[in-house]
Amino acid sequence: MNWRAIRAMYVFEMSRFFRTLLQSFVSPVISTSLYFVVFGAAIGSRIDQVEGVSYGAFIVPGLIMLSVMTQAISNASFGIYFPKFIGTIYELLSAPINFLEVVLGYVGAAATKALFIGLVILGTSSLFVDLSIQHPLAMLAFMVLTCLSFALFGFIIGIWAQNFEQLQLIPLLVVTPLVFLGGSFYSISMLPPAWQTISFFNPVVYLISGFRWSFFGVADVPIVLSLLAIAGFTALCLGIIWWIFKTGWRIRA
Amino acid sequence: MQPMVEISDVSKTYKDGFRALNGVSLDIEDGEILALLGPNGAGKTTLISAICGITRPTDGTIRVGGHDVVAEYRGARALVGLVPQEINLEPFERVMNTVRFSRGLFGKPKDDGFLEKILRQLSLWDKRNARIMELSGGMKRRVLIAKALAHEPRVLFLDEPTAGVDVELRRDMWEVVRELKLGGVTIILTTHYIEEAEAIADRIAVIDKGRILLVEEKDALMTRLGQKELRIELQEPIEALPGALAGRGLQLEEDGCVIVYTYDTAEERTGITSLITDLSAAGLVLRDLQTRQNSLEDIFVGLVGDKGDAA
Repeated sequence: MNWRAIRAMYVFEMSRFFRTLLQSFVSPVISTSLYFVVFGAAIGSRIDQVEGVSYGAFIVPGLIMLSVMTQAISNASFGIYFPKFIGTIYELLSAPINFLEVVLGYVGAAATKALFIGLVILGTSSLFVDLSIQHPLAMLAFMVLTCLSFALFGFIIGIWAQNFEQLQLIPLLVVTPLVFLGGSFYSISMLPPAWQTISFFNPVVYLISGFRWSFFGVADVPIVLSLLAIAGFTALCLGIIWWIFKTGWRIRA
Repeated sequence: MQPMVEISDVSKTYKDGFRALNGVSLDIEDGEILALLGPNGAGKTTLISAICGITRPTDGTIRVGGHDVVAEYRGARALVGLVPQEINLEPFERVMNTVRFSRGLFGKPKDDGFLEKILRQLSLWDKRNARIMELSGGMKRRVLIAKALAHEPRVLFLDEPTAGVDVELRRDMWEVVRELKLGGVTIILTTHYIEEAEAIADRIAVIDKGRILLVEEKDALMTRLGQKELRIELQEPIEALPGALAGRGLQLEEDGCVIVYTYDTAEERTGITSLITDLSAAGLVLRDLQTRQNSLEDIFVGLVGDKGDAA
């Protein structure tokens, strides 16, 4: 392993993040606050507890997941698309590194940024609602795994995209609906039976459910299924990336 | 001594069927400056890309410092620095940062002292904290060179280093290349300017349509390129050259209407004055004079023609 190369890519990517630290910090704080004003105060005051948890607290895991997933995808997809767009990818291709090292550098940085945002939202949330985290280690593990797997997914999108529109397409058309319909703001058990069945085909349901379990000890699906879902998703993304680098698809002209 | 870069029978066919390289074989010696000369679309960039790992050859093998560029890519690529043709740089990044990144990417330990030396050599030290977008075009090109040199490569590829660069900058760039050679770096540069190859190369390889047409010491090639033709059109055709004009290698063409004199522009005396004097002494009346330089294209045409005959 070329650890120096991994570090160089990681540090370089992170420096882009630190250049815009204020924006990176302020925008999740503001959007989380808005969610709490709308869902927590305005709507939440009319909703009783959900599965024994106050509605304001209930939506916290979903809110964090929503931001973590979209941030991981957009950071990773932009991180690898930008060098392709401006041409600096030649350096990555001519360097003595393999695909795993590129992935560790770029995906690692994107996941770190998403994790940072997730923690900021967690901190902001604790200002609005009383939060007790029953399984803090599991919570952290779920968050890190989600950051990593969605950063891998974003990396694939970044390589696949041939223009900025395509870069936005998958997050906007696929990921956001899946996250919103994945029980971010409600429990699956609140849905009519038919919709419950449909929801179980949504992979995001398993992630949010597992993440919520680590907070409140209640889940829509068994925790093992949540872990399997995220492991499977990670493995699938890694497999696709390995294939991309092996064939040079959309990278090597 | 083992060549620094050994290219054996390399071909590259793109997906659309375009054959950019067609059985290229070329050895590049340690420490030399080789100019890869050819028109646009000749396959220069493809050849460089294949050596650097940006594109995979369809056939053939390439070794750098004895390492196969595909099987032993780590060993091979660690030796190679590439300065691309396009100015590919992140506009918001600072000079020092991008150079540091390049060094790390190639697995070299952090050494800001060494980077300072490179930036000073390229007159970029004062700009080390400037953002790339604040730099002029010539400086950006130097940043690309600094990035390529940051990991101490043994071989440096310069793809059209002076395309779109003004005359003064071009001379600066040549100076930089000469200094690098003194430092022991093997340099391969592509160009379609014959003057550029003439100014800095030790050897010149001519490439066209994906084939290497010739590889020659610069001095030998320049002699051939330096040949010029003087075509003297006569008022009246003559049957044979007057005896007084023998021994100059003159040729009679177009049914005796034109006398062709070939001379070397590099010589101190071209012999034109005495030829004209002798012509008028022989009583020949001149209608017109024309000179024609042996151009790179002429050599191309000649080489392609030769290859065609041989096949």
